[in-house]
Amino acid sequence: MSASLQKGLSVLMEVIDAPVASFFSSCVHCGLCAEACLFYTETGDPKYTPIYKLEPLRRVYQQEYTLTGRLAKMLGLSKPVTDQELEIWQPLVYDSCTLCGRCSMACPVGNDIVYMVRRLREGMAVAGHAPDGLVDASRRSLETGSPMGVRLPALMAQIKHVQADTGIEIPLDVTGAEYMVLMSSMEIINFPEYLGAVSKIMKQAGKSWTLCSEAFEATNSGVQIGVSDIAKVLVGRIVDGAEKLRVKTVISPECGHAYTALRWDGPNLIGRPYTFDVLHILEVLDIFRLEGLLKTSGFEDAQLTFHDPCQLVRRGGVLDQPRNLLKMVASNYVETRDSGKMNWCCGGGGGVSTIDEAEALRFAAFRVKKAQLEETGAKTLVTACANCRIVLEEALEHYQMKIDVIGLTELLAQHID
Amino acid sequence: MTAHESLGERLIQQGISRRAFLKFCTAMASMMALPPGSAMAIADALSKTLRPSVIWLSFQECTACTESLTRSYSPTLESLIFEMISLDYHHTLQAAAGFSAEKSREDAMHNAYGKYLLVVDGAIPIKDGGIYSTIAGRTNLDLLQEVAKGAAAIIAVGTCASFGGIPNAKPNPTGAVAVSDIIKDKAIVNISGCPPIPAVITGVLAHYLTFGELPELDDLGRPKSFYGETIHDRCYRRPFYDQGKFAKTFDDEGARNGWCLFELGCKGPTTHNACATTKWNGGTSFPIESGHGCLGCSEPNFWDAGSFYSALSMPAGALKLGTAAAVAGVAVGAAVSVANRAKKQAAQSAHRTATIADLKE
Amino acid sequence: MNEVLLLTWVRSTGLSIATGIFVLGTLWRLIEIYTLGRKPDLSVPRHRAAASGLHTLFRRSLPAPGMFIRASASYLAGYVFHTGLFIVVLLFAPHIMLMQSLTALSWQGLPSQFIDATAVLTLAAMLLVLVDRINNPVKRFLSTFEDYAAWALTFLPLLTGYLASRHLLLSYTTMLALHISSVELLLIFLPFTKLMHAFTLWISRWYNGDINGHKGVPS
Repeated sequence: MSASLQKGLSVLMEVIDAPVASFFSSCVHCGLCAEACLFYTETGDPKYTPIYKLEPLRRVYQQEYTLTGRLAKMLGLSKPVTDQELEIWQPLVYDSCTLCGRCSMACPVGNDIVYMVRRLREGMAVAGHAPDGLVDASRRSLETGSPMGVRLPALMAQIKHVQADTGIEIPLDVTGAEYMVLMSSMEIINFPEYLGAVSKIMKQAGKSWTLCSEAFEATNSGVQIGVSDIAKVLVGRIVDGAEKLRVKTVISPECGHAYTALRWDGPNLIGRPYTFDVLHILEVLDIFRLEGLLKTSGFEDAQLTFHDPCQLVRRGGVLDQPRNLLKMVASNYVETRDSGKMNWCCGGGGGVSTIDEAEALRFAAFRVKKAQLEETGAKTLVTACANCRIVLEEALEHYQMKIDVIGLTELLAQHID
Repeated sequence: MTAHESLGERLIQQGISRRAFLKFCTAMASMMALPPGSAMAIADALSKTLRPSVIWLSFQECTACTESLTRSYSPTLESLIFEMISLDYHHTLQAAAGFSAEKSREDAMHNAYGKYLLVVDGAIPIKDGGIYSTIAGRTNLDLLQEVAKGAAAIIAVGTCASFGGIPNAKPNPTGAVAVSDIIKDKAIVNISGCPPIPAVITGVLAHYLTFGELPELDDLGRPKSFYGETIHDRCYRRPFYDQGKFAKTFDDEGARNGWCLFELGCKGPTTHNACATTKWNGGTSFPIESGHGCLGCSEPNFWDAGSFYSALSMPAGALKLGTAAAVAGVAVGAAVSVANRAKKQAAQSAHRTATIADLKE
Repeated sequence: MNEVLLLTWVRSTGLSIATGIFVLGTLWRLIEIYTLGRKPDLSVPRHRAAASGLHTLFRRSLPAPGMFIRASASYLAGYVFHTGLFIVVLLFAPHIMLMQSLTALSWQGLPSQFIDATAVLTLAAMLLVLVDRINNPVKRFLSTFEDYAAWALTFLPLLTGYLASRHLLLSYTTMLALHISSVELLLIFLPFTKLMHAFTLWISRWYNGDINGHKGVPS
């Protein structure tokens, strides 16, 4: 057994807990999770059945933590988990799982399959079986602060550009501000409109806010690759920044997994509750709407629809806010089939968009989204996750579909005078 | 009584009308589920039959089988039929005693060797050489083996002779067994029941006299015509079972309404006998009709088959392992749990913070 | 051994052994599973109506939105077979007697004709479940020997129970003995196979509802 495999298996033994044991003991092989998974429905290949992707984890559980399994292992009757096997499983655990959580919603016995995939990735990564794309993103995050290698000077340039554009000053490192705004690298590089939109909205609401030069990046590759030790370092930077500036609330940008990593995983990674609140930008906007601090004018007349980012709606609990906000500015808003908590994934979440080898599969999986969008006939697709947005744009281009994609915050800001 | 008169001649002497005789034959035919027209054949055969010699041996028994037979209403055709056979040896009924009684048995065996019928009631103790029951200084085992040798056929009357019955019940101190456990080379018909229905005994005799052979038997050696169906199948309370209406105690409303006695332990579903159709005491009633569940007395081992008062679907004995199993289960679970926690803790303390270098193979 | 002795054995010694192993195995497995523990969630919960462990416990008995259309055969056969099983097991008078003798609890049963009809329907649904397991590419792919064995362990008590009550094939006594034996086999293997889901699925659902309800997701 290689040292890395040993380390991987040991990590799996660390992360197997009562829910994992309960879930494996409950599975009846009904196969309904496959029907909920876009990688199975769009390819018809049963190897993409979500519960099957967990086979190595199940065997480790059985061999290490059940009496019958321990005895079988002692007598040499069970098949040990090997490096070769994990290598075969890598595309199942990473390339074909966006951690979207539809399977966890559909399982009739209540198995939270994503909860387990997340744990299996812990062992896979340490055993050296994580995709290069994700490893590189994690390295860049640790070394440069951003999975895309975006450093502070790039942000400063962006700030200057946006300030010139909007005429609104963007505060940096303001101690005691109410809100600390985070960005995703994707937004800094591809969608600078987000920062402009936030500054317009904050100005209208009259709220104090700031960016933090030491912690502006919200995304967390550690959570995606499944290495809590790395995820902890990345989340720790934000916690340090927020506590140093003594802000009340940290705002996650339009990025699904950044939100869940910060809001739900963070305190568990650092081992203590935060001294500040964490809200997604849509939650903040919805609060502003309720308080009358968000005033818009005019409506989008063109038909538009909304793509619920999995990490927001299914894994994050941000379900009603986007709809409340959309109604303020859209007169012709249509829901897609299965929208809301059972919405279909864009195909690129959970780190899949950074895995080059997964591109063909990702485009294949997009067919379900394509069908959903075609059914609505909408010409504009609104979403609230920069990763979804870039994946959607790429796939729409691949399928030569003429649909514009826009972030909800940006759309709202367009209706602020 | 002489052995050379035909049954028909005896009937005339006894003043039994042809009409009454035919009625009996019809009843026999229908009870044994013979085809229509058989009644005449039975009547013809019976009236011409010579009275066969019958030797009745009583072993470990309570005499209820004999009581059952003789407590029928007198004069009945059943009892008359018994007069129609030449009952040459029967402890309870014969006048002779002592050496003369044994001599009459030996005479009968000698006179009709190979042709007489042997009727047995009671089980046979075989433990310790069979010394637990003796007649005239001879063990039952010895007596049975000797008399069986010259018998044309053997009729085991009652559950003790058929299956061992109560003497055979746990702990069976005398090693009691059934006739069929000892005699392997003769035709044996088992007329089980504790006691058996008298009409069934006479029916089998009538069949033998008519056709010269024993009736068709089930796999336990019982005549199919009487033991082919269960009490439950023929029970007049069956509709209540199907409707799910059960008496819960012997004096509740359900009991008064005549509902099914299944829950009070009735063994009707697993008991093969004719009680529900033939009934007892001149067709008056049978146990279930009197308000008590069937005990299953015509089945082997009925005495050891769990409480008479617990339903068939209930455990036949105490589930002794329950508490021990629960304790053992908790113990095993706790042991695995301790081992699991140790293993998990070891994994946690072996944890080295993962770095990027760890992620590259 | 004659049929009455066989029946008596399965009703006494056999049942005693089977329930013993069942109790032992179930307690052992439950303790083995749930003492693995889990860490408390340190994040601040989002409270949302209808999002909790308890809600999911019940909600998971219904298909998630959009799922029924995709797998109607699985859902329909699954519903009929589970509901039928519950009706036959819990509402047939002789079974209630058994429950009463074990737990001192008693309730009203249903007419045996209704139970008979339910048993036939349940048997049919179970056959459909088997055919689906063989035909459906995902189920066939996932299925191991254990899946088919678990199916048989569930099917046999139902089949023998039906045959016994209708006096088919073998004598009632023998069939009843086979019926009780098949139930005993089921009891013996339940804690060590996927049939254990009968116990663990409730806690699994609760975990799922609790983990997601913590985040305000009505899962």
